[in-house]
Amino acid sequence: MLRVARALLVSQVALMSEYRAEIALWALSGLLPFIMLALWRQAPAGAALGLGPEGLDRYFLSAFLVRQFSVVWVVFAFEEDALLGRLSPHLLQPLHPLWRYVAAHLAEQLTRLPFAAAIAALFFGLNPGAFWWPSPGRLLLAWLATLLAFAIAFLLQSLIAALCFWSEKASALERLLFVPFLFLSGLLAPLAAFPPGVRAAAQWTPFPWLINFPARLLAGLPVDVAAGLAAQLAWIALLLPAALLLWRAGVRRYTAMGA
Amino acid sequence: MGRELLRYGLTLRRFWGTAIAGQFEYQLNLLIELLAAVANLVGSLFILSLFFAASADPARSSSLGGWSWPQALVVQGVYTLLDGVATTWLRPNLGAIVTHVREGTLDFVLLKPIDSQFWLSLRTLSPAGLSELVLGLGLIVWALPRAGASLSPAGLAVALPVLLAGVVTLYALWFLLATTSIWFVKTWNATEVLRAALTAGRFPISAYPPVLRLVFTVVLPVAFLTTVPAQVLLGRAPGPLVAAALVVAAVSFGLSRAFWRFALGHYTSASS
Repeated sequence: MLRVARALLVSQVALMSEYRAEIALWALSGLLPFIMLALWRQAPAGAALGLGPEGLDRYFLSAFLVRQFSVVWVVFAFEEDALLGRLSPHLLQPLHPLWRYVAAHLAEQLTRLPFAAAIAALFFGLNPGAFWWPSPGRLLLAWLATLLAFAIAFLLQSLIAALCFWSEKASALERLLFVPFLFLSGLLAPLAAFPPGVRAAAQWTPFPWLINFPARLLAGLPVDVAAGLAAQLAWIALLLPAALLLWRAGVRRYTAMGA
Repeated sequence: MGRELLRYGLTLRRFWGTAIAGQFEYQLNLLIELLAAVANLVGSLFILSLFFAASADPARSSSLGGWSWPQALVVQGVYTLLDGVATTWLRPNLGAIVTHVREGTLDFVLLKPIDSQFWLSLRTLSPAGLSELVLGLGLIVWALPRAGASLSPAGLAVALPVLLAGVVTLYALWFLLATTSIWFVKTWNATEVLRAALTAGRFPISAYPPVLRLVFTVVLPVAFLTTVPAQVLLGRAPGPLVAAALVVAAVSFGLSRAFWRFALGHYTSASS
């Protein structure tokens, strides 16, 4: 099992590092949190958040980093594979096809690492006052929370990807997932800025646990660690069986494209 | 000249007729796009409202970079409108350039007895952005009187060219980036970077720190895409700004054309 995992990861890392330039551009296209940071720093509403200028800087840099290491694109890769018939050989292997995509995502994150680090370094160069180094314990927790965020995002998209077994264009549905993610995750505004009612409602969705919670952990802002991790684990416990069941039902229906 | 124009007009009608007929086969997708567009607008308005909420208590003088809530809504409306234009027109056409270069089908386009930039830029239309066009227009019409602006026919006669100039500038930026695929082949991601940077246009330029304001005016003319047209609609734009918007559009378009000619000089077709 370990051998399979290693072989998968090594081959995917080799594959991904061929696309370094592309992945660098992907990293750049995640600059949205910095644009929002510029707005929040200028606006009186930003000062009213009570994070202080450094807190705001650190929150949005952390949001950028968390996003970089929890980006998920399995539905697009899977749709292409299903349409082009590449899925059939994968289904014959004694390995759940989703593992292949997990490995590809992890490899892509590894390739992203230097670019994300370069952008963070540039950010500190421009804003030396915002520099901070989280304590080892916090760093470990933030890493764990980001990994769990990735798992939730991956499972959510896998649910939609499994719909590819029924429809050829399931990736269009991904937009319906991305829009609430964009506005409720904390990528554009920290959840602390939301009116209390909206914030309470948002916390019952998976989205704030994808960015807001790990970003606050990483930025060293006050956060309820136990409640956050519990919420993340609860979402995984809910989504994992759902994704696997839907997947199994889909495979049973699958007859390869054009058949 | 006249016959030439007629020929291009007829070609265009054929292009778009077939494109729309093809797209309406995916009716469910259109419904999803409509839902996503509405949700997107609601989310954008929610985020925008956050900037006004916290400062609403003292003296009710809340503003974002000197723009009141209804005025900022006009910017948001222009942004939604432009996003709709990008979805209906720019993304399907200019996204395909990359594929043409990679698969070598650009050769067939170049051999056609028609201007290649015309063909590549106007080949198809996607109704996916129609809902955004309608929502953007609706928001502008709703917000304008609330911002205290009444649009006279004369005002409209200035606003329409400036809006159009914004569309042309957006097209030119996008086409410039797509053209680089002649050398780099895979620039699909570069247009994603452009899209990310353009989201800055959701908010009035004056809400940004001075350095970014300069970048968004001179380097990447986001200001001329949304803020300036909104100012014109609100009747708050000085004459030189209107002229600048038109000049930026003309220069950008000229650049995109010259760059395309230059790029074709370096085109060596796929696998050669």
